[in-house]
Amino acid sequence: MKLADMKPGERAKVTRIEDATVRAQAIRFGISEGSEIICDEVIPAGPVIIRRGLMQYAVGRNLAQHIEVTPQVKHLQRKERKGRAHA
Amino acid sequence: MHNHASCHGMQNIPMPAGAKKIVLVGNPNSGKSVFFNAFTGLYMDVSNFPGTTVEITSAPFGNDVIIDTPGVYGISGFNDEERVTRDIVVQADAVINIVNAVHLERDLFLTQQLIDMGLPVVVALNMMDEVRHNGLDINVSELSRQLGGVPVIPTVAVSGQGIKEVKAAVATAKVGRALTGLNARFNKVEAMVPDHRLALLVLEDDADITATLQVAGSGEREAIYRERRERINEVVAKSVKETNKGTRLGITLGRLMVRPLTGIPLLLATLYGMYWVLGVFIAGTVVGVTEETIMLGYYEPFVHQLVSRFVDLASPIGTILAGEFGVLTMTVTYVLGLLLPLVLGFYLMLSILEDSGYLPRIAALVDRALTSIGLNGRAVIPIILGFGCVTMATITTRLLGSKRERLIAIALLAITIPCSAQLGVITGLIAPLGARFIAIYFLAIFTTFVMVGTVLNKTLPGKSTDLLIDLPPIRLPRLNNVLKKTFNKSYMFLLEAAPLFALGALIISVMNVSGLLVAIQDVFAPVTVGWLKLPREAATAFIMGMVRRDFGAAGLSDLTMSSAQVVVSMITITLFVPCIASVLVMFKERNWKEAAVLWVSSFAIAFLVGGVVAQFII
Repeated sequence: MKLADMKPGERAKVTRIEDATVRAQAIRFGISEGSEIICDEVIPAGPVIIRRGLMQYAVGRNLAQHIEVTPQVKHLQRKERKGRAHA
Repeated sequence: MHNHASCHGMQNIPMPAGAKKIVLVGNPNSGKSVFFNAFTGLYMDVSNFPGTTVEITSAPFGNDVIIDTPGVYGISGFNDEERVTRDIVVQADAVINIVNAVHLERDLFLTQQLIDMGLPVVVALNMMDEVRHNGLDINVSELSRQLGGVPVIPTVAVSGQGIKEVKAAVATAKVGRALTGLNARFNKVEAMVPDHRLALLVLEDDADITATLQVAGSGEREAIYRERRERINEVVAKSVKETNKGTRLGITLGRLMVRPLTGIPLLLATLYGMYWVLGVFIAGTVVGVTEETIMLGYYEPFVHQLVSRFVDLASPIGTILAGEFGVLTMTVTYVLGLLLPLVLGFYLMLSILEDSGYLPRIAALVDRALTSIGLNGRAVIPIILGFGCVTMATITTRLLGSKRERLIAIALLAITIPCSAQLGVITGLIAPLGARFIAIYFLAIFTTFVMVGTVLNKTLPGKSTDLLIDLPPIRLPRLNNVLKKTFNKSYMFLLEAAPLFALGALIISVMNVSGLLVAIQDVFAPVTVGWLKLPREAATAFIMGMVRRDFGAAGLSDLTMSSAQVVVSMITITLFVPCIASVLVMFKERNWKEAAVLWVSSFAIAFLVGGVVAQFII
């Protein structure tokens, strides 16, 4: 799955960042391949806003399409349960 | 390229014999400058780092010298700031690393990199007051232990807490614990690069250092970065506890700012608020007092009287000193009576935006719109700054990720963005004309903005970079910080603008006295009168506008014109050539060819758009 396809509230692990310079920049900022992230917001057709630890980042849509993530199922289910409970 | 790798670059910094180099290093917005100001007295040196436009400030620090560096996230040579910081840091005797306590995960990367270089480091853990508000608990002694015994001092620099302690700790700066994986790597390059600091940079494939030392990089930058990231995450995990999720209000507000449904109205409201303060309140009410009552009512008559005691006011010298465009009359009235209140107001609002954490969220919100003109959301920062001062904004385009983005942003700034002083004059003139004329003005400028951006995006080679920024927590700005910033920036404005205005006034007065002004007005009459349908005297304002656009706008405000003429003249002067200071900065930041092309295009575009609008509405 791409980072761009995440929905608010979802958790995922970053598995691949394509561009080498972006990768180095992301590592300095706090996101590396293997980092667990939470999607906070998705601006329609715009950046994805994610959180890792205590930091929040805005990732441009195009860049988010070049970042591969794996959803963290366990947390997803908890989120879904919560959603159903609300419904 | 940059060949100032190790020993060049610092020759501009005055170094007494035997003085140690204490270097301040930190991420952008970590509060570095507050420390620098607190450590030093009034005396400081500002030097330009060779080959760059990066300014370096230094000052005596006891028997030593303290050197401030630009804010960077790491020393990777990604931009001029990082290269300059690198070249200063490799020569440091001790480093004071300012760290934002709320953003340890991000900021400690640089700390660990400094430690890995083997530099004696003191860590100032700044913004400690916000740690608790953000639901964090930092074990400071554990953090120091994790970093290998480097002194870590909690501080709140803006209120002066911990500054003394940091100052005292400089003597105890310590080489911390480097990444465990580095030793084996150092052994490999030791023979070629005996200097530990440079060796790390070689291991991290620093392009300039490897080129200067004529050695090959190790190709291990990423592996080292990843180890460093893992180590930092471990350090943070061991020394920071999250007690709760932080301030709810800040988080909610931050969310509302980026969601288009609430974010766009919020942004429009903010812009309207700024317009109201600048265009209505300051340009109307405040300037009414400062310009009309004080400057025109008291100051200018006083100058006339004073000058007439020595020379005849009607004589050439009298005209140059105290005439219509006089150096002592018009310059002082415009700068102090008209522009200063506007500039103060603008920087006050900008400082509030900056300190509240709203700017990066605006960047995220408008990212999508800006990608269509080849920019990313980050470019909104120079663009907003451009409404303050195009010159300053041109310098901040450095934060953009590629050459093509910088060129697009600089062109947009030079051609379409009016600076605060000009904007104030323009809003003051246009606001009373009613919605229709305001809309025409806005539409003309906006269309030009989009067209210039689109054309450049389509024609410039290369690829623009994508948005990747961190969003700091939303916080209430501190009054004294906001005020200090406002006054500093306004003071810089005065220093820069006053001489240029005086020069402009001098040129215009000399032209006036020599009769050249009327001649130029006649030569340009086909354009000003025939094409733009403005009074022929408007040519004078355009000549003034070549010195500074706000100067030109102010000149136009003195003419008697119909509503439609006012709008046409305002459109033309907004799109008109950038001021002398901006041209100089463009020349410095880019090259003379690009600066010249921009100057000529903005001249042509101003008259083209102004004229087209004139054909329709006058």
